Amino acid sequence: MASNAAVPFWRAAGMTYITYSNLCANLVRQCLKEPYRSEALTREKVHFSASKWVDGKPEKPTIRSDTGEE
Amino acid sequence: MTPRPPTPSTIPSKLTVNLVLPYDSLLSAKEVDMVIVPATTGQMGVLPGHVATIAELKPGVLTVHEGNEVKKYFLSSGFAFIHANSVADIMAVEATPLDQIDSSLVQKGLTEFTQKLNAASTDVEKAEAQIGVDVHSALNAALTG
Repeated sequence: MASNAAVPFWRAAGMTYITYSNLCANLVRQCLKEPYRSEALTREKVHFSASKWVDGKPEKPTIRSDTGEE
Repeated sequence: MTPRPPTPSTIPSKLTVNLVLPYDSLLSAKEVDMVIVPATTGQMGVLPGHVATIAELKPGVLTVHEGNEVKKYFLSSGFAFIHANSVADIMAVEATPLDQIDSSLVQKGLTEFTQKLNAASTDVEKAEAQIGVDVHSALNAALTG
């Protein structure tokens, strides 16, 4: 059984599946016709709100906004 | 939550398809005759009674056959889970009907990424350019095929 056999080229280059998948989705969105394209590009804007917990209480949340990767 | 339907003793006549995206569900428990999914191992036809399979998908066209109707969607990537009870769950990040794709943008992207691939030096750059070429070639094939 293949265990560590042929990994996909993107994993060999150090990319994770989620990065690969988001990149593919991004490329497809950019090839759409208007108005679908502008709608789709708004979907790409993702932000994360994370808060650290100290002594059982959450601290003020920080907003992280990345475009594309991760 | 409704429990999964049990595996019937005889092969059902229809395949139940769910096509879901992170933001929308395009097909929900739709009964069809056959779907063809773009698996990394090639185009895979799924009929009712198909063996339970998990397939990773590559950018490509999903074809749904229902009677005489054939609907095509371009999937950016994802997974297809085929269950023993003839339910197929297809998960993709982006799926568009083919008529929403702009062919001039596809051609532009293809030439741009082919150039990037030739100019790429680091592994990461090469991988990204290769992904660009793969996606745009698949889009191109979907539009012309």
